[in-house]
Amino acid sequence: MGLLMIFLSGVLFALGLGISGMTQPEKVVSFLNVVGDWNPSLIFVMLGASMTYLTGYVFILKRSKPAFARAFTLPTSRDVDRPLVFGSLLFGLGWGLVGFCPGPALVALATGYDSVLIFLLAMGFGMYSFEVLDSRLKGDPDGGAGLIINS
Amino acid sequence: MEFTLIKPLFGGFLLGLAALSLLFFNGRVAGVSGILGGFLSFRKRDTLWRFAFLAGLVAGGFLLLATFPETLNLNLKSSPPAVMLAGLLVGIGSRMGSGCTSGHGICGIGRLSQRSMIAAVIFLSSGIAAAVSIDLVFGGAI
Repeated sequence: MGLLMIFLSGVLFALGLGISGMTQPEKVVSFLNVVGDWNPSLIFVMLGASMTYLTGYVFILKRSKPAFARAFTLPTSRDVDRPLVFGSLLFGLGWGLVGFCPGPALVALATGYDSVLIFLLAMGFGMYSFEVLDSRLKGDPDGGAGLIINS
Repeated sequence: MEFTLIKPLFGGFLLGLAALSLLFFNGRVAGVSGILGGFLSFRKRDTLWRFAFLAGLVAGGFLLLATFPETLNLNLKSSPPAVMLAGLLVGIGSRMGSGCTSGHGICGIGRLSQRSMIAAVIFLSSGIAAAVSIDLVFGGAI
């Protein structure tokens, strides 16, 4: 039952991405290309989504626990550190280059286009390599102390 | 104008609702890069719920294709090397920065997290920098 509700949350998320226009890389790029034929409509996606979340999450967190899990698992870090800054910078460059971010790319898998597959494989490879490298550096007490990804 | 406003707002509302639903049922943040990255690492023992959410995203894509096919009219003009580079940057960057457009942009900002707001300003800025410079230098997608 829990897994089914999680699955349906994913389906609803995909519908939101599709209806909002986020699954169309062309729209995303024309939103980010502020000097071109600028299309500001995607501002309202983030606005609508975060405002909805803001309104609802306070009430959900008042409950003692989630419906199908032992506890709420929320990010605790408050530091604005180098990985946050540098990682977000790289992410944005990739996002603006083609117009895909992780969610929309997974939703677009249904089209079966080569470009979507290439993007997903490269993205998965990037994520996996980072995980491996990051955990290796963190496992070593001195390892990568001078590197930006382990600051 | 009203027409172009309603779809992004309503789509955003559905995204917020879906993220709230994941929080309510599973107590987790709906950050796609975090969910996928955790799934790919196979180290944690919680791959099942991650798989369920990711499968929902993919299934939602098929549902969109059947109901509103125009939402998946990609019109992707980028070349394969550019797509590959973009995928790598998005993959590495989102894991290093602990989030992407969903985790930071929707849930983080929605929780008024300062970290997420800063991340969103940075990735919006570098996204604008990438899109603008490609347009200025190459006159379109590369």
